[in-house]
Amino acid sequence: MSDLVPFAVAVPIFGSIVALAAGVFRSKSGWAVAVGASVLQLAVAGTLAASAFGDERISYVVGGFDVPFGIELVVDGLSATVLLLVAGVALGVLAYARRAGPRSNPFYATYLLLVAGLSGMTVTGDLFNMYVFLEITGLAAYALVASGEDGRSPVAALKYLIVGTFGASLFLLGIGYAYIGTGTLNMADLAVKLAESAAVDPTLAQAAFALIVVGLFIKVAVFPLHTWQPDAYAGAPDTVSGLISALVSTVAAYALLRVVYTVFGTGFLESNPVAEAMLVGGAVVSIVVGSLLAVSQSEVKRMLAYSSVSQFGLIVAAVAIGNTTALVGAAIHLVGHAVMKGGLFLTAGLVATETGARTVEEFNGLVDRSPVGAGAFGVLAVSMVGVPPTVGFAGKWYVAVGAAESGAWALLAVIVASTLLTLAYFARLVERMFFREPAPQPAVERAGATTSAEPADAVADGGGGDPRGASLGMYATVVGAAVLAVALGFAAFGYGELLEPTIERLLLSP
Amino acid sequence: MIEAIAAKDYYIATFLLLGIGTYVMIAAGNLVKKVIGMNIFQTGIFLFFIASAYVEGGNPPILTTEGPYVSPLPHVLILTAIVVGVALTAVALGMIVRIYAEYGTLEEDTLQEVRHSE
Repeated sequence: MSDLVPFAVAVPIFGSIVALAAGVFRSKSGWAVAVGASVLQLAVAGTLAASAFGDERISYVVGGFDVPFGIELVVDGLSATVLLLVAGVALGVLAYARRAGPRSNPFYATYLLLVAGLSGMTVTGDLFNMYVFLEITGLAAYALVASGEDGRSPVAALKYLIVGTFGASLFLLGIGYAYIGTGTLNMADLAVKLAESAAVDPTLAQAAFALIVVGLFIKVAVFPLHTWQPDAYAGAPDTVSGLISALVSTVAAYALLRVVYTVFGTGFLESNPVAEAMLVGGAVVSIVVGSLLAVSQSEVKRMLAYSSVSQFGLIVAAVAIGNTTALVGAAIHLVGHAVMKGGLFLTAGLVATETGARTVEEFNGLVDRSPVGAGAFGVLAVSMVGVPPTVGFAGKWYVAVGAAESGAWALLAVIVASTLLTLAYFARLVERMFFREPAPQPAVERAGATTSAEPADAVADGGGGDPRGASLGMYATVVGAAVLAVALGFAAFGYGELLEPTIERLLLSP
Repeated sequence: MIEAIAAKDYYIATFLLLGIGTYVMIAAGNLVKKVIGMNIFQTGIFLFFIASAYVEGGNPPILTTEGPYVSPLPHVLILTAIVVGVALTAVALGMIVRIYAEYGTLEEDTLQEVRHSE
């Protein structure tokens, strides 16, 4: 079983090379290769997840070195969840990408490289190895954002690259401090030795914590380190925004959870109130300001991007609370947010393909022009707000109950308020979509004025039936995401019970 | 005082490089210079790791030489990090080429003006 772990990373890397090589012989063969690799990846992730929720974590040491010296790959309940999410979303977005493009082979090679980087970050048990996969993820994501056709995407991608590299470099510097303090890079080993070194002189451990957390805050896009994110999400092609909004920040947040609890541990947080305050501060500011910025956006994709800033604030809050209930909530909300936000971005892309509507105003009366798009968007938005029985509710419920258990009342108030703030920006859109008449004329002009390459007549004839627009795969993905957002809500509480032993072990370690 | 500084000269150089790199990334108006700033910043981190591996009077970690040895692990880590840095620079320059082809400028302010008037 443990021999299967490296394949979670090797399969997409191999697929990426095959996709690139196949392009030499036959162009546009990348999609089929990507689907093949993703199905295989999903099978590997599924097999690992099936046995990861037991008492033992699955561990594999690369190259046959002994554990603290070699690179260890570890799968437990938490990483299996994220691994399954990465594989599942990657496959789902491919169904959408078939028509929506970009269709070149290098695009799919980069796509699979991103999946490899994300899977690597998920399964690695070695801190420096995590940095390498963080950079692989980053490189692939920058290149994917730049794959848009207009001039906006390379500018957004360069900004993303410079800010993202800065974050990853801080992460590396933090690893340097931890390594100098302990002489090891294996996470489990670091946990023991870092606690010993912190007992003598906590300065190195504190510096390492601060640098690593700030570096990951940049990657997660916590306010005020989020500035790359709205540009990157809005400037990327629709397929790419769907993929990276669902996975890149999610896996970075998973890395934050992993580093804070596997490497530093609860003991470190208890003895360093400043470290805890850093997490709480980032979370609160992110939740509130992210929502306020989302309300003030006029472009739908930018609004969704700021919404992510706010939702990841919620996950950081769960990490800061740090009891079993809150961390289970963090895991559920990571999965839920990925499905919902990925789905929302893809729905926004579908709506833009059908009708050319990309701004909040153009969503007026959308239900007549794009019934499927408006319906899916409505369901996903309601789920994001946290209305039961959707998955958005389950995640927020666990985090809120966790806050109450820890007696963090101020944080609880912010978490409850975050639901209202989410309602503030989504209710506006839902109301426009379902209860307003479409503006008589401006939609056409605006579609031309913004970035849409869609001909104006696709809008004028009411959209919906435009043959070169949306494909069955695009509809299926969008509807699938909406159905999943509700279905996962029912599964969430059973899953929470399943995950609890893993989280308890995570909190007990050292 | 001077001795204390002299004993930590590599670390001081590290943080100077980090500071200069960050400043160039923020202050330079030219996109290529921003990438150069990013490289300076990363170089500071490389120096930090390598300096940490040094052992007073240490030999290269080869079995035929006598101990004490300098620590080889940070060197290996930084070799990886240098490769990552080169890849990042290549991707960044690729994007800059595209930006130049699209807008005909590498200056940040001009770029903003051009994009606003679009």
